[in-house]
Amino acid sequence: MNEMKIEFDAKSENEGFARVAVAAFMSSLDPTLEEISDVKTAVSEAVTNSIIHGYEGREGKVYIMCKIEGDVLEVVIEDYGMGIENIEKAMEPLFTTKPEMDRSGMGFAFMEAFMDNLVVESERGKGTKIQMIKKIGTTSWLGETE
Amino acid sequence: MGEDFKIIENYLMVKMPEELDHHKSVYIRKKADQLILKEEVKNLVFDFEETKFMDSSGIGVIMGRYKMIHYLGGKVFVIHADSQIRRIMKMSGLNKIIEIVE
Repeated sequence: MNEMKIEFDAKSENEGFARVAVAAFMSSLDPTLEEISDVKTAVSEAVTNSIIHGYEGREGKVYIMCKIEGDVLEVVIEDYGMGIENIEKAMEPLFTTKPEMDRSGMGFAFMEAFMDNLVVESERGKGTKIQMIKKIGTTSWLGETE
Repeated sequence: MGEDFKIIENYLMVKMPEELDHHKSVYIRKKADQLILKEEVKNLVFDFEETKFMDSSGIGVIMGRYKMIHYLGGKVFVIHADSQIRRIMKMSGLNKIIEIVE
């Protein structure tokens, strides 16, 4: 087992750092380029949600915890922001509370599509915790997904 | 390396950045909207040649500009997108409303 934790300010310029840090951590699993891209996209979606929805541009911290056990990567992304009012609604593809910011409403759909498992816990006024799991090394022999 | 805006006849050409996320998308949206209105361009081309990463923020950028260009009677094109980016575009249904040129 291998674990890492990072904590950073909820600023948009940290979105790139966050996904690259997770991608670097998972490199010991010898992932394919597609697997790296999947994880980076899912992390980027969750971190962006924390920054623009959780904290709504206000100051705050985003926490990432990663764990590798065998060939399974677990990523937990947590914030102490405003929380999600209706998780079911938030997870519907194309649903967004920020259309004026040109948010596509595809964030959760991508997290679900690119990871094997997604668990969302949220409480109004307390924050949101996203747990994602992906088995690495299973897609390479399945061929092209297109 | 970064985003870049060029006008060729009635086309606005936007070179997308290496990493297209929420952080980068804010400026691209603003600048593209300004140019579309000011220069009265009809069509829009997003060039993904240098882009190696895109998340749903990129979908939002394209979708938002599509609404504007479509309203003005023009077309939106995506060029030089790699397989990873085309996959994300397909998943969001973007390929049904804009032209993805391979």
